[in-house]
Amino acid sequence: MSDYNFAYLDEQTKRMIRRAILKGLAVPGYQVPFASREMPMPYGWGTGGVQVTAATLVPEDSLKVIDQGADDTTNAVSIRKFFERTAGVATTEETTKASVIQTRHRIPEAELSEDQILVYQVPIPEPLRFLEPRETETRKMHSLEEYGLMHVKLYEDISQHGDIATAYAYPVKVEERYVMDPSPIPKFDNPKLEMAAIQLFGAGREQRIYALPPYTRVVSLDFEDYPFEATKADYPCDLCAAEDSYLDEVILDDAGSRMFVCSDTDYCRSRRAEGHVGRLGEEAA
Amino acid sequence: MPQLTETTAYGGGFSAPAQQAAQAFRAAMTALARPGTLQDIAGGSPPAGISPAAGGLLLTLCDPETGVYLAPDVDSPELRAWLAFHTGAPIVAADQADFALGSWAALMPVGQYRVGTSEYPDRSATLIVEMAQLIPATATLTGPGIKERAELRLPDVAACQANAKQFPLGVDFFFTCGGQLTALPRSTTILPKE
Amino acid sequence: MYVAVKGGERAIDNAHAWLAEERRGDTNVAELSLAQIREQMSLAVNRVMAEGSLYDPDLAALAIKQSRGDLIEAIFLIRAYRTTLPRFGYSAAVDTGAMTCDRRISATFKDAPGGQVLGPTFDYTHRLLDFKLAADGEVPQAPIAEPRMEATPHITEFLQGEDIIEREPASDATPGDLTREPMSFPAGRAVRLQSLARGDEGFILGMAYSTQRGYARNHAFVGELRIGKVPVEMEIPELGFAIEIGEVELTECETVNQFKGSKTVPPQFTRGYGLVFGQSERKSIAMALVDRALRWEELGEDNLGAAAQDEEFVLSHCDNIQATGFLEHIKLPHYVDFQSELELVRKLRREAQELAEQMATQEAAE
Repeated sequence: MSDYNFAYLDEQTKRMIRRAILKGLAVPGYQVPFASREMPMPYGWGTGGVQVTAATLVPEDSLKVIDQGADDTTNAVSIRKFFERTAGVATTEETTKASVIQTRHRIPEAELSEDQILVYQVPIPEPLRFLEPRETETRKMHSLEEYGLMHVKLYEDISQHGDIATAYAYPVKVEERYVMDPSPIPKFDNPKLEMAAIQLFGAGREQRIYALPPYTRVVSLDFEDYPFEATKADYPCDLCAAEDSYLDEVILDDAGSRMFVCSDTDYCRSRRAEGHVGRLGEEAA
Repeated sequence: MPQLTETTAYGGGFSAPAQQAAQAFRAAMTALARPGTLQDIAGGSPPAGISPAAGGLLLTLCDPETGVYLAPDVDSPELRAWLAFHTGAPIVAADQADFALGSWAALMPVGQYRVGTSEYPDRSATLIVEMAQLIPATATLTGPGIKERAELRLPDVAACQANAKQFPLGVDFFFTCGGQLTALPRSTTILPKE
Repeated sequence: MYVAVKGGERAIDNAHAWLAEERRGDTNVAELSLAQIREQMSLAVNRVMAEGSLYDPDLAALAIKQSRGDLIEAIFLIRAYRTTLPRFGYSAAVDTGAMTCDRRISATFKDAPGGQVLGPTFDYTHRLLDFKLAADGEVPQAPIAEPRMEATPHITEFLQGEDIIEREPASDATPGDLTREPMSFPAGRAVRLQSLARGDEGFILGMAYSTQRGYARNHAFVGELRIGKVPVEMEIPELGFAIEIGEVELTECETVNQFKGSKTVPPQFTRGYGLVFGQSERKSIAMALVDRALRWEELGEDNLGAAAQDEEFVLSHCDNIQATGFLEHIKLPHYVDFQSELELVRKLRREAQELAEQMATQEAAE
């Protein structure tokens, strides 16, 4: 083990974060201000998620870290290593074996269970920020439940483009009260936000924590005549033939030929292990 | 090292603070995220008269940055000394408290605690209510954290309903007994159990 | 057969090994010692201490060495280290009036008690590259004078005697601390000053410059600039009195600003204030100008809509560690988000094209 305290943060910092997490769970979708600390990784690289994970981990946990759905992207590797070193917890790449999953930009494809906690890294927690840059104003809007601006924006999209032009970080309403940014997950993942696991959101630079208790009602904003639609590339995975998973597009050669593969690497791996084979895949050995 | 007795202010803290506080927090978080579930919480040995569960919560959540109110039935020089030594939390009046500890009757009225403001609903108190027992249930619950329905023993259903009506304002509750706790966030819809 | 890119861990380790080698540079060239950095790059050390919010020249020198001279990276190292340090207590407010000044100048009075002391300044040097320095950096000792023993009162005190400058009400209130509590707006002057003191020198400089060019101009005179050491004292409850625990070098700038008066305040001079660790002259003057610009509301001035008057804007963007982190994070993979945008744009284009085709068919039919 290392010279640092269990899970790096000092106990007083953890208490402050833990209190914020409890408030977040008590008021789902409300962004709780917290005195985010400087972490040994840069702001914008997951410091909020890392602080929430650090305050949540117990020695018995099994931690999985993903970025873009993958366990082996460089920033996921770096964060997983950080916790191996500072908390000494077990790590895993298997979604079903993890008790805590820290994620950037995706919700795993496999349905999460009641024993799991999903921690999101959040860059800009304020769903209204790009409509109104002032914190003092957006705070008022949330307090008065004044979300007209958001509907106007979505409606303008429709009149201009014939569609809501938001493909990720698609805003949701929580328990018919707070409009919330689900972090930059593709809108394909939005329906999964109603789940059995506890969901915690950490925004380090912006100093906010928010949460969704299990089974909290989460509705993607839409209009009666333009209902919300969870979209993905209309292909099966070229490795595992999954039709229900979110796909990354990979450019294969100079001629621009492409393939589509699951963004959730563990989901793809486990399907291939079960014998599923896609267009460009090979039989599992 | 000799075992410190529970009665001194210097004993009764976590023996492995980082790990035990983490475990105690997970119990508290799970209870609050899943109203109606019963969680074990271990590690704290507060002065006589205070449940280990309540002691564990105080050790896990309180520090010099949080004001604690001790209701008359639990307030004692021993508890104050224990809290001061282990948490450094200042003792404050009920209307200033971040955390309040006592039996339901001694903690009342619930209206005296901070419920947050419409812009900052998090600036509210959390009540740690010492209970004689956590079962059988007296109320049926629905809302965030609950799949369909859950049940919970509440000391006063009407008062908890009134608190929930203020959502997103309101206080949150932990109910403690022995080494166990349950919780009720302000977001839960409460019906008396038929 | 396509194989997904793997081996992130080894790639990271190798990249870091290469980085370490690059940091060391040509091994035929002698390695820098921390003492060399501390003594000969002292203004860089000062900046790292000021924006890192940690007064420790040796650690700052180490951070500069480790960061290959990238000062923002060095500040980041110091900040990350600082947050792991336990807090034993708070010092008493330092008394800059009792400073042993290495430098003290006033632009508002030709002379004043304490005198004009130029000190070790770049001012009035001709910015000509000194090629001699390339070969030999040794210098003869500078002339020495007897240190002045009498106190050096603040220039603004003389104006205060005439009651022609605003009075700063004394307060025993505990100032906020943005490293312990999340920032909320309005932040109040104490937190504002803390934020500016650790803010990026370049950002604060640009903001200050904008006020001089007319974006909320506040007619600043450097009433006084002083650089020197002050003792740091700490109240020890068990002793019942304060003891000196060390000393720090500070740069303090007080500006005297013209003020025509407002609905609430009679015509008088007002103040801007800058206080920074180390010899950080540019930063402290800039800080004082921005502080003064941000005070428009309490002084009953008009909001001119200038960036430097906007507390939320200035304080939300002056921290270079926050800024660089978020700026650089766009290097991280975003292919999930990009993919969703890609599909959206393809869909919108498809729909637009279909619509155009429909219109064309219709027109042809008519």
